[in-house]
Amino acid sequence: MTITVYVPRDTTALALGADEVAALIEQAANGRGLDIKLIRNGSRGLSWLEPMVEVATAGGRMAYGPVEPGDVADLVDAGLFEGGLDHPLARGLTDEIPYLKHQQRLTFSRIGLTDPLSIDDYRAHRGFAGLEKALRMTSQGIVDEVKASGLRGRGGAAFPTAIKWQTVHDEPQGQKTIVCNADEGDSGTFADRLVMECDPYMLIEGMTIAGLAVGATQGYIYLRSEYPLAHRIFNDALGRAYRAGYLGNDILGSGKAFDLEVRLGAGAYICGEETSLLESLEGRRGLVRAKPPLPAIEGLFGRPTVVNNVLSLAAVPFILDQGGQAYADYGMGRSRGTLALQLAGNVKRGGLVELAFGVTLRELMEDFGGGTLSGRPLKAVQVGGPLGAYLPESQWDNPIDYEGFAAFGGVVGHGGVVLFDDSVDMGEQARFAMEFCGVESCGKCTPCRIGAVRGVEVIDRIRAGDAAEANLALLADLCETMVDGSLCAMGGMTPFPVQSVMKHFPNDLTPRQAQPAGGKPC
Amino acid sequence: MSHASPQTAGAWTPAQIQEVVDTHKSMPGAMLPTLHAIQERFGYVPEAAIPIIAETLRHTRAEVHGIISFYHHFRTQPPGRHVVQVCRAEACQAVGSRQLEAHVKTALGVDYHQTSLDREFTLEPVYCLGNCACGPSVRVNDEVHGRMTAAKFDRLVERLTTMVLEVE
Ligand SMILES: Cc1cc2nc3c(=O)[nH]c(=O)nc-3n(C[C@H](O)[C@H](O)[C@H](O)COP(=O)(O)O)c2cc1C
Ligand code: SF4
Ligand code: FES
Ligand code: FES
Repeated sequence: MTITVYVPRDTTALALGADEVAALIEQAANGRGLDIKLIRNGSRGLSWLEPMVEVATAGGRMAYGPVEPGDVADLVDAGLFEGGLDHPLARGLTDEIPYLKHQQRLTFSRIGLTDPLSIDDYRAHRGFAGLEKALRMTSQGIVDEVKASGLRGRGGAAFPTAIKWQTVHDEPQGQKTIVCNADEGDSGTFADRLVMECDPYMLIEGMTIAGLAVGATQGYIYLRSEYPLAHRIFNDALGRAYRAGYLGNDILGSGKAFDLEVRLGAGAYICGEETSLLESLEGRRGLVRAKPPLPAIEGLFGRPTVVNNVLSLAAVPFILDQGGQAYADYGMGRSRGTLALQLAGNVKRGGLVELAFGVTLRELMEDFGGGTLSGRPLKAVQVGGPLGAYLPESQWDNPIDYEGFAAFGGVVGHGGVVLFDDSVDMGEQARFAMEFCGVESCGKCTPCRIGAVRGVEVIDRIRAGDAAEANLALLADLCETMVDGSLCAMGGMTPFPVQSVMKHFPNDLTPRQAQPAGGKPC
Repeated sequence: MSHASPQTAGAWTPAQIQEVVDTHKSMPGAMLPTLHAIQERFGYVPEAAIPIIAETLRHTRAEVHGIISFYHHFRTQPPGRHVVQVCRAEACQAVGSRQLEAHVKTALGVDYHQTSLDREFTLEPVYCLGNCACGPSVRVNDEVHGRMTAAKFDRLVERLTTMVLEVE
């Protein structure tokens, strides 16, 4: 009998030796004369268990992890190929791992289950069911379904997706474009990458449905150049989708057309901002455009354009397949559906946690994350990427939803949750926020371009004890100027992490002896 | 196994550059795909490519210059045999990337944007590689390495410097 073994192939699994593990497993099977079928699946998003090997048994898939190359021989001896449990790395049935079992996976229902490139696998798990429905609907019908879901943009600004689509839909016919923002620049986020590496057809399907909804026949995915593996896997999937008739001039014999192409970014954080992204796609420097005009009216090459984050588009196949209401049934208040939270930084169990809006940060960090990796007390958490505030313990009991977070100056953003233990020097973090803005500013407006450089200088003076009081006041002013006077959120939100340090961790912004920052390397 | 930067790094002819530009010139928004293709093939964007790109894609040379310097990814000097990127972003900071960064600079004997004298390594900063749950993260050429430590990095360097390159 053939034994099916799964070894993931996403960036994180590979970064921790999955290829070598896979090779050793094959060798061990050969050595024992066992017939195995080795599938390179996507990651389940349980990054802390990567490389997470699974073995199919009559009772379900058994998980082992994190498996290092040096563990393979031992695991095989302990009965890996029979789904044996007698090994410290044995985790039991994958589906029963609490971290996974307690999630609400609507978008990420397939990741890790399937071979990312297999269209058959994708179809076997309801893949393309949403597209098939959409092909039988009117364009307005599709927009209405998305409206009913309450879906809001997952790229940061949380703008209602259906309103954007309606605007482009209502523009006169002519060349319209769907642009997928896969620039995923926020530190602590990797959900877009997981979609592209582990379930690429879901994004292809979501973008095609968006095209049908607004009357666009061309789509671009703007992918960051820092993701070479996602680039390779996704392009491979694109080719297969074309050959199978899911893209091109006549999608599934419907007579409708949609073409897709990946374009690589080039290491500029600001190109995640949608107008900068469009400039970049058009072949220029990524200078932010003033709005209006909105991209929905004058976007790529001056034509109506939908710009959506990967996760917004990836939510669409479920919504079309199961209905907008099925999505809206999850969530709280005006934040409907599920959010792909990403636990990162100094965390024991980092990974992807998809849950309905409404979970508290503490539940997320403790129940799922298991606290810090170092075992030291948790000191601060940065939610929503480099432009998000550092939250102290007093704010960890807030449920995660857009309005609730905004009320206390928090940012949900793209769902990144980065934990720091008590060895962190928050003054250093505030300085980095300004430094990053200085490196990544597009340079179009003064408060951001000059403010960031001044911000670093002022923080350095405060930390050196050079007229600390006066310089703290100066820093407060500078932050306000940036918030009020910047053209986009890069300059406008860089002060958020800085102000949060001033407010919640003032002791870290006093003159201090130099001391090492950050946790211990693990 | 990690693959090294293109063997042809440093070697190019105007005709080869023209050929790369020509294969991309009809794309809408051809500039970035063109620059990527040039860097992919030659390891960097040679100064001599600028007039060719400018002419073919109908930009001024100053514009092309401006575009290349705007994007951190593009380099105008040939890189070493391996390009090492250390993640400087927050999630990696939280697990000690600042110390790792210092170690890497010492181990390679270079600062960011520099190439070692033996031309083995070019060091660059990067802001997130999408491996934030298992940092610190380091990218060598097209391969990402997670949970990096100083000792692991030294072993990696050892392996890379003794690695024999296949001759094409
Ligand atoms: C500095 C900056 C960086 C951004 N980076 C990203 C990004 O990497 N990915 C993304 O989807 N949106 C990013 N955004 C938000 C986009 O401008 C835009 O709101 C989003 O792509 C719209 O898609 P959505 O409605 O589906 O979220 C960024 C915004 C700013 C101001
Ligand atoms: S705020 Fe900064 S990034 Fe945004 S437009 Fe101004 S200079 Fe550019
Ligand atoms: S300036 Fe080159 S990567 Fe930052
Ligand atoms: S912050 Fe280093 S990989 Fe994301």
